[in-house]
Amino acid sequence: MGQVTLKVWRGNSESGQFQEYTAEAGEGMVVLDAVHQVQATQAPDLACRWNCKAGKCGSCSAEINGKPRLMCMTRLDDLPPGEVITVEPMRTFPLMKDLVTDVGWNYEVKKQIAPFAPRKADHRDGTWKMHQDDADRVQEFRKCIECYLCQDVCHVLRDHHKHDQFVGPRFLVHLAQVEMNPLDTGDRIADTKNKHGIGYCNITKCCTNVCPEGITITDNAIIPLKERVVDEHYDPVMMLLRLVLPKKKSGQRSAVSGQETHG
Amino acid sequence: MDFQVHEHDVIVIGAGGAGLRAAIEASAAGVSVGLVCKSLLGKAHTVMAEGGIAAALANVDNRDNWKVHFADTMRGGQYVNNWRMAQLHAMEAPDRVRELEAWGAVFDRTPDGKILQRNFGGHKYPRLAHVGDRTGLELIRTLQDHGIHKGIQVYMERTVVRLLLDAGRVSGALAYDRERGRFTVFKAKAVILACGGIGKAYKITSNSWECTGDGHTLAYDAGAEWIDMEFVQFHPTGMIWPPSVRGILVTEGVRGEGGVLRNKEGKRFMFGDIPDSYKPQTAKDEEEGFNYVLGDKNANRPPELLTRDHVARCIVREAREGRGSPHGGVFLELQTFAEWYGKKKPGFKAEEHWKKKLPSMYHQFKELGGLDITKEPMEVGPTTHYMMGGVRVDSDTQMSRVPGLFACGECAAGINGANRLGGNSLSDLLVLGKLAGEHAAKFVKAHPAVNTPNDQIEDAAKWALAPFDRPPAENPYQVMHDLQDMMQDLVGIVRKEDEMVRALDGLEKLKARAARCHVAGHREYNPGWHTAIDLHNLLAVSEGITRAAILRKESRGAQFRDDYPTKNTREFGRVNTIQWKAADGSMQIKLEPIAPMPQELKDAIAAEGGGKLPEELV
Ligand SMILES: Cc1cc2nc3c(=O)[nH]c(=O)nc-3n(C[C@H](O)[C@H](O)[C@H](O)COP(=O)(O)OP(=O)(O)OC[C@H]3O[C@@H](n4cnc5c(N)ncnc54)[C@H](O)[C@@H]3O)c2cc1C
Ligand code: SF4
Ligand code: SF4
Ligand code: FES
Repeated sequence: MGQVTLKVWRGNSESGQFQEYTAEAGEGMVVLDAVHQVQATQAPDLACRWNCKAGKCGSCSAEINGKPRLMCMTRLDDLPPGEVITVEPMRTFPLMKDLVTDVGWNYEVKKQIAPFAPRKADHRDGTWKMHQDDADRVQEFRKCIECYLCQDVCHVLRDHHKHDQFVGPRFLVHLAQVEMNPLDTGDRIADTKNKHGIGYCNITKCCTNVCPEGITITDNAIIPLKERVVDEHYDPVMMLLRLVLPKKKSGQRSAVSGQETHG
Repeated sequence: MDFQVHEHDVIVIGAGGAGLRAAIEASAAGVSVGLVCKSLLGKAHTVMAEGGIAAALANVDNRDNWKVHFADTMRGGQYVNNWRMAQLHAMEAPDRVRELEAWGAVFDRTPDGKILQRNFGGHKYPRLAHVGDRTGLELIRTLQDHGIHKGIQVYMERTVVRLLLDAGRVSGALAYDRERGRFTVFKAKAVILACGGIGKAYKITSNSWECTGDGHTLAYDAGAEWIDMEFVQFHPTGMIWPPSVRGILVTEGVRGEGGVLRNKEGKRFMFGDIPDSYKPQTAKDEEEGFNYVLGDKNANRPPELLTRDHVARCIVREAREGRGSPHGGVFLELQTFAEWYGKKKPGFKAEEHWKKKLPSMYHQFKELGGLDITKEPMEVGPTTHYMMGGVRVDSDTQMSRVPGLFACGECAAGINGANRLGGNSLSDLLVLGKLAGEHAAKFVKAHPAVNTPNDQIEDAAKWALAPFDRPPAENPYQVMHDLQDMMQDLVGIVRKEDEMVRALDGLEKLKARAARCHVAGHREYNPGWHTAIDLHNLLAVSEGITRAAILRKESRGAQFRDDYPTKNTREFGRVNTIQWKAADGSMQIKLEPIAPMPQELKDAIAAEGGGKLPEELV
């Protein structure tokens, strides 16, 4: 395959600039391999996070050619041939060093969300009856690998810095996951509006577009949550959206009253 | 030097499944808990586990119970397991899995709404609770999300380099943080090691950079013993092409769902090599094997689901004898099953079926290998996967011989004997992790405070910083690569005395090179520096593996000796290798007899062996 040229962001919280490196590209190589090569041969102190190298841990998030992606799942031969590849850290979070950002805020946000609270067990051995259909819906959200690429791309955080008022798409997915778990008895709807700021989301779907796990964040998590909120509170975006969204088919489980499935 | 100091009753080192479960338990007992890990929370190696958690819930086959699980575990381990750990594990795994559900895990379901269980190698009945092929993610996220509300203090991206001792009792640990390279002293009355595996001692591995044998070595340096270090599990199916993904795991779930192994001649070679002890439980033909996959209780398993050590060796043999795939492995394909099933069940959609059953495998091959597993065969070969050996601990408390020092998860040992069954690690993390947490809390309540001596702290910090002060001589990456190459070649799947003796010699040279490693730059987030420190651990475990493998002059489970190709039960079937560090720093080793097994457990094993006991137990 020959050589590739990488422009990698080098710097810390105060200053930084792109630096060019070349790497030997082999068959099937991903951007993370190229970064590792640079690390091993030219810049041993180049900082980047990674663990699994298989798209499972969500550690290696970065912006590749300006797009939020996992470095370990971006093949060099999928990028435009012959062109320089830019690799920079996620811009929504404070930079620590080179490609490593401080994502600690996300961990704090999660703590603020009320935990799963199951109803009394159905069976004497402490287990519940749950059908695969119900599991399916929640399992989609539980695929999340916490890469925070959706957080990185969401304009409410990236451009408007509403970190103290809006939990971001990752945690709306987390909220949807607990709220729609058929065993859960908690009620996080008031919080979803007031504390977690769901109203800031204006359904641009940028988050869905970058999710490496293919979670339909906006349609499956955020909109149903907004529907629940709107039942109890006023959300201008959702009010408008309701006018244009098709009516639910009868018989389809309503996201608004997920309670039906609790039996 | 400047040190940050944090004090807790219990410090847990490692935030994989074992560390998280231990921390939750200790915290529930009312003691203050600090949890330290090298990566961000939720990223530990456990997240990569795919196939499932083994527990005799008997949801899919009501003939299952803890005794069968116990017998399977012992047979898989070739009877050199710690039988008491295997017993506790089999008895308590179902409760630990149910508890996960109460904490928010959403497992795949049976048609009647219970937790679904799948087949796996060496397990007699479908026993693995799972979520598609991302069970590890479900496990770690559930524990993480439960744990963050329990008052556990988490210290992320900190690497412990040494344990501190006060008159022989553990009293804390010294760590550096990745961000700044500053040192932190953790003071504690008890320390739980849950640092995971050693895969990075080998070139081809399914393990991440974190798996450098830190827990093993921290314990060893502090005076604890190792047990069973010769037993390194090579998983039969790792990706082998393209080169950049070599070693990444292809879950056993692929075979559990009907995947078939073939050589380049198209022959399903596993049917030709079924060990006697497994014959009664293995399918006679393709039809029976596939019926087993579908859950037919009267059918026996396909030979692809024999234990990992055996399947790995068969693959190596095919490749060595010139019947391998283009890149030195064999083929694993889903098409035969799909065709067979399609004939039985009109309207069966193969593509949809596999995407649902094996979503992350589909994704992994599509993205990384450019291959559609629903249509084309995969190329697979063995990869270093799991460490059966590790810190020797008491079976009922998980405490090592160093007072106050506990270990659990992959860095502890005993339960798996010579070979671990798939799915038994995740359950081990939960069962024995809980035990470690419980007993560490008890220990704390029963013992007075301890000191963290300054001279030890200073000494450890100085040692860690030494690579910055040396003149440029050796590059730590290069030393690590050379070590990995050597272990792969000389102490890998097929072992020989003369090669391993050469490895010992090689290790001495590598140790000398490691002592000359130099790193440039600053202490902030400097992976070159971290590698220089990791080398100490990798070299120690590599030596442990090699010495133990030399001493066990037989083939058993994961250890295959070309020069002693059969079991020698008379000499080695009732003993474990034990290793420790002598006062002069040299590694000591001995064989120690295994405690006799109670009759009740022998009966459980005999019941699964047609009334007969294996030679090891008579
Ligand atoms: C790809 C793959 C698939 C697998 N699938 C299955 C499966 O389906 N079923 C099954 O039962 N098993 C499976 N296994 C095995 C199983 O996942 C592991 O054995 C298990 O997860 C190990 O868990 P642990 O808690 O012991 O350690 P890990 O999850 O490895 O965690 C180790 C922790 O220790 C920390 N740590 C290490 N060193 C230090 C240090 N010096 N200082 C501070 N912190 C440190 C790390 O940061 C990390 O947090 C699989 C393994 C792999 C690689
Ligand atoms: S859809 Fe909402 S959450 Fe997603 S990126 Fe747009 S504004 Fe942010
Ligand atoms: S929802 Fe998707 S993009 Fe967002 S953190 Fe989870 S996996 Fe990443
Ligand atoms: S390294 Fe785990 S997702 Fe990239």
